[in-house]
Amino acid sequence: MRLTYMKPTMIIAVMLIASAGTANAETITVSKNGRFTSVRQAVTSSQRGDVVYVEAGVFIESNIVIRHPLELRGRKGAVIDGSNTPGTLITVKSDSVLISDLELRNVAISYVDDNAAIKIVNSKHCEVLRCRIFNGFFAIYLSNSQQCRIADNYLKADKGLESNSGNGIHCWTSKDVYVSGNIIDGHRDGIYFEFMNRGTVIGNTSRNNLRYGLHFMFSDSCTYSRNKFIQNGAGVAVMFTHYVQITDNTFSDNWGPTSYGLLLKEISDSHLRGNLFDGNTIAIHGEGAARILLEHNVFRNNGYALRILGNCFETTVRDNTFEGNTFDVTTNSVNSQNTFINNYWSSYSGYDLNKDGFGDVPFHPVRLYSLLVEQVPSSVILMHTPFVNILDLAERVLPTVTPETLVDSKPRMSAP
Amino acid sequence: MMRLLKYVLRDISRGRWVLLYFLFFFAITEGLLFFTAGEAKTIVGLMNVVFLLIPLASIMFGTLHLHNSRDFIELILTQPVRRSTVFFSLYLGVSLPFVCSFLLGVGIPALIHAAAFSPAIITLLLTGAALTFVFTSIAFYVGIVINDKAAGMGLAFILWLFFTVIYDGALLAITVMFQDYPMEQPTIAMVLLNPIDLARIAVMLTVDYAALMGYTGAVIQKFFGSGLGLMLSVTSLLLWIAIPFGIGLKSFNNKDW
Repeated sequence: MRLTYMKPTMIIAVMLIASAGTANAETITVSKNGRFTSVRQAVTSSQRGDVVYVEAGVFIESNIVIRHPLELRGRKGAVIDGSNTPGTLITVKSDSVLISDLELRNVAISYVDDNAAIKIVNSKHCEVLRCRIFNGFFAIYLSNSQQCRIADNYLKADKGLESNSGNGIHCWTSKDVYVSGNIIDGHRDGIYFEFMNRGTVIGNTSRNNLRYGLHFMFSDSCTYSRNKFIQNGAGVAVMFTHYVQITDNTFSDNWGPTSYGLLLKEISDSHLRGNLFDGNTIAIHGEGAARILLEHNVFRNNGYALRILGNCFETTVRDNTFEGNTFDVTTNSVNSQNTFINNYWSSYSGYDLNKDGFGDVPFHPVRLYSLLVEQVPSSVILMHTPFVNILDLAERVLPTVTPETLVDSKPRMSAP
Repeated sequence: MMRLLKYVLRDISRGRWVLLYFLFFFAITEGLLFFTAGEAKTIVGLMNVVFLLIPLASIMFGTLHLHNSRDFIELILTQPVRRSTVFFSLYLGVSLPFVCSFLLGVGIPALIHAAAFSPAIITLLLTGAALTFVFTSIAFYVGIVINDKAAGMGLAFILWLFFTVIYDGALLAITVMFQDYPMEQPTIAMVLLNPIDLARIAVMLTVDYAALMGYTGAVIQKFFGSGLGLMLSVTSLLLWIAIPFGIGLKSFNNKDW
């Protein structure tokens, strides 16, 4: 299935065309002792297509609303401090607005309004670049916007409680949003998409967030590539979405009783390739996942590498590497409607007589004990006992209970 | 007593077993820590070996030693020494060298790879030492009560099998049988009753394996993390040392050699 999404170059081209018409653009400067001493003043009195520069200094203000195409740029040391007064710092209500190189901080926490450092509403072709946002509640918030780019920002929040924290990059009902090179730290969800279409998320780092590093629902045809999701409270959870590409990401150190590397709930027709899952409680938890191709991923040192429930079907798991996981694959069903082939399993003990690189004995990755744990959770207390090891060995020699169809018929002898 | 203890210690230390024991633990710990960074998996791997071998070695060697030093014991008992003094000396003489060679065998490599000297390793060392005392106690009781050497060794082996394998099998059978009931508390109680299970859970909690165990893990962590849980586990281990030791001592005192 080929996925269509807006390429970054296309967005930039669109932006250039949009700003080409403003030949008589003026440059306005906001500084502590100039004509404009407040950003709001400068923005209000600017014209279509002007460039507003914010000089170094801390400007204590909020509720700045941009209503026409504009560039709002910060010089080195330019800070807009909301000092926790109610409201959003900068609201964009116009197409073709660029905000860059600003430091924004201290957005008021609200239990009623989604206050944000930068909020883009009903707009197209907007960009937020190289901003540093500290304690932004919702740092960057997009709603009903299209063809926007959010790149190279640094978003940091002091970890609070889930109830009084906002998301790092929050988008809903939007299309063609390009999110790249951002670092998101200490928010509720690092990146949150709801009803997003054709979003592209590349090269971001989302870490230490209270809940999820990445969380999306009803967001079809999105691409997630080369991102790092590290030490998030509950890992990454994605739900109710079709046509997703997740490639070359790192999911690591999401460890805890309620933590997942990647939770796939009702995800279908998607492609996961080249991802690294390292040190997660559960690397991938599949629930109602269908027609997913999992290939060339590396699962290393996880508690459970792949937990694939009985309601997952037509999922193909091939050419992956499973190394040093406590449980490689677990399931709660004796019937498997998924295909496992050509994976490398570090716990595989078969042989390869014809030296073609593939083992001659099929590998059953589901251990009897893991099946038992799924059915009788309190038997988990026997983990790592000799008795359980004997039980597994017996089952491996003569499989009777473990899913007959969940088998890698051609396991690799070494990692692909 | 000190002089007697010194004789027993010298006798044990002269044997090759203690040295072999030390070398084995040293090699396996060094090997594991050399190739990995001492993460949770390494500790758990080490734990599997330690908790299999310590009870086996302690119970087999303890029984064997009591049978082999029968002549020595009979000779000593003709001297004007208290029987309990003889028993104490024998017990410490056997258990201390094994505890020391285990502590050094695991401790030295852990010290070399300073990063691995973690709470998990410390827990492993403490529980391993406790298990040595527990199974030497049991061994001494077996050695005194059963006069025939082969029968004694057989019983020792069966007891080891019981604690490492059969007990867990029974535990599993019970949890499966009563799976419709909340089994967390009963399983914790059963774990408290088996010193090996208790030691295993203690080590696994220090490497944060509770996260892997879902709801049961949370219950276990809550229990063993509490003051009551800690007290009960320590008490259980101490009782496992004291009760067989006490019965053994009594049989020793009353035995007609």
